[in-house]
Amino acid sequence: MIPSLKNANKRSPLNLKQRTLFKILISIVFLAIVILGGVLLDEGRIVTNLNERNSAPSLKHLFGTDWLGRDMFTRTVMGLSLSIGVGLIGAIGSTLIALFLGMAAATMGKMADRLISWIIDLFLSVPHLVTLILIAFTLGGGFKGIVIGLTLTHWPSLARVIRAEVMQVRSAEFVQVSQKMGKSRWWIALHHILPHIAPQLLIGFMLLFPHVILHEAAVTFLGLGLSPHEPAIGIILSESMKYLSSGMWWLAFFPGLCLLIVVRTFDQIGENLRVLMTRTHD
Amino acid sequence: MYKSKGRKLGLFILMKGVRMATLLVAICFISFLLVKNSPIDPIQAYIGADMLKVGPEQREKIAEYWGLDQPVMVQFLSWGSAVLKGDLGTSMIFRRPVSEIIGERFLNSLVLMIAAWLLSGVIGFIMGVVAAMKKGTWIDRMIKWYCFTLASTPTFWMGLLILIVFAVWLGWFPVGMGVPAGVLSENVTMVDRIQHLILPVLTISILGVANVALHTRQKLIDVLASDYVLFARARGEQGFVLFWRHGLRNVALPAITLQFAAFSELFGGAVLAEQVFSYPGLGQATVEAGLRGDVPLLLGLVIFSTIFVFVGNLLADLSYHLLDPRMREVRKL
Repeated sequence: MIPSLKNANKRSPLNLKQRTLFKILISIVFLAIVILGGVLLDEGRIVTNLNERNSAPSLKHLFGTDWLGRDMFTRTVMGLSLSIGVGLIGAIGSTLIALFLGMAAATMGKMADRLISWIIDLFLSVPHLVTLILIAFTLGGGFKGIVIGLTLTHWPSLARVIRAEVMQVRSAEFVQVSQKMGKSRWWIALHHILPHIAPQLLIGFMLLFPHVILHEAAVTFLGLGLSPHEPAIGIILSESMKYLSSGMWWLAFFPGLCLLIVVRTFDQIGENLRVLMTRTHD
Repeated sequence: MYKSKGRKLGLFILMKGVRMATLLVAICFISFLLVKNSPIDPIQAYIGADMLKVGPEQREKIAEYWGLDQPVMVQFLSWGSAVLKGDLGTSMIFRRPVSEIIGERFLNSLVLMIAAWLLSGVIGFIMGVVAAMKKGTWIDRMIKWYCFTLASTPTFWMGLLILIVFAVWLGWFPVGMGVPAGVLSENVTMVDRIQHLILPVLTISILGVANVALHTRQKLIDVLASDYVLFARARGEQGFVLFWRHGLRNVALPAITLQFAAFSELFGGAVLAEQVFSYPGLGQATVEAGLRGDVPLLLGLVIFSTIFVFVGNLLADLSYHLLDPRMREVRKL
């Protein structure tokens, strides 16, 4: 960390870069703590404990307990790490699809381009949540359904960005020269195009993350996502609906707030990365 | 001159229509295949709680009645021809024609979505304008922070919070449903309906402002950096007058377009808000159809929501053609 910081300092006197890096680092540490927390926290804390039912937030139970006496803090942290996991799979899958289709649209001729832009339109023409419900229904819900649904629906906007970017690189002189020198398409794609779109890809990936996590929580909340046995945030919130009218606000307030913070952190990392990358690119 | 403009616009709409038609056919086909491959048994969904009373023979009869024993392609063709006639089949859980249910639910949802759409559009626009005019001050930073945070807020959680505060703690509004419970439908007054509408609308609007506000802010900042604004400033114009004379028209159009193009998110927001407040709209119907395996209703809703989004996008395109005088200028050349 320190050497890279010094290095950055030497190249540009800008303070912005250091600050941005620092922010990213803090965000990553925070997320790492959440994930570790989810993995390491004792399962014993969420077993049914009828002696401590429905207790409001206190020092012992930071987020209170639910109607079965389960510790809401533990459930929330576990739910968050589950959300991050699902988000990770979904975002990686979507990014790969976007990369593949974006590249194909830009390099494989006019027909492929038309076809792919038609597919993109196809996905954008149905409300996102309805598509997710449809796919979840097809796969019978559950973990598989939600992950496949998230993967299949988040790529269109990123694919468009990548397509435009690849188009730009492709018409650059050095690529033209490389083509004339008889390099194969694959070689050019791998050695010339991919390095150029890597930053866009990374930023796109980070900015997909929040969407994926929020959609996962939403679909799970609607009852078409993860199964009720999982400690997912969507499950926690939809269960809490039954108890809200009896005044147990902590069941909904803290888990949702934590989800908000985690999503916002991912968003921040993405935005900061964008600042960082566009700076170095100038 | 005028004629050719009209023709061009007509051609534009025609092209859009053709594109939409191909997409719609593809969506019908794909969603039908998807739904048919679902492990959720439609007969089970139809029978519901009477599962134990229904023997295998009766099951076969039911399958025959709904045409479920035919090959998938035959089923698709019979469904597709019914759709072309405007008949979307019969809902399995409501036991009524799907088009009837959608029509009824859509009216409920439409009120909700239009109210939220207008409210979020106007508030978002004002926020964006204020932020841009006061760029760099604490107001700007507050609005920006608020918008970025909103973009990460789960809609249903916001709904729950509003429910807790306004319905449970303050008791100002009913907890849910589109109309009061235990009252005959002809006795439901307008006031009742509006009362049940406010909280869902509030939920969608609070979250919907972010996009418009950030976009408007950016556009207005660009406008304020232009030469004509510099000249106007040199003449001593400032504050609201400056915005009214030089800013408003330039930023209003992108905001309107953006708002129309956001119909897809509006629908998504409505699904979640309706679920939280158990408001009997399209969104709730979608969730119920998905959860209980009502295939005809789900397919009908997919098609309907696609058309809804398409209309939004078309309006967004048309708003440019109709409202922006510069588009007319270009044509004349």
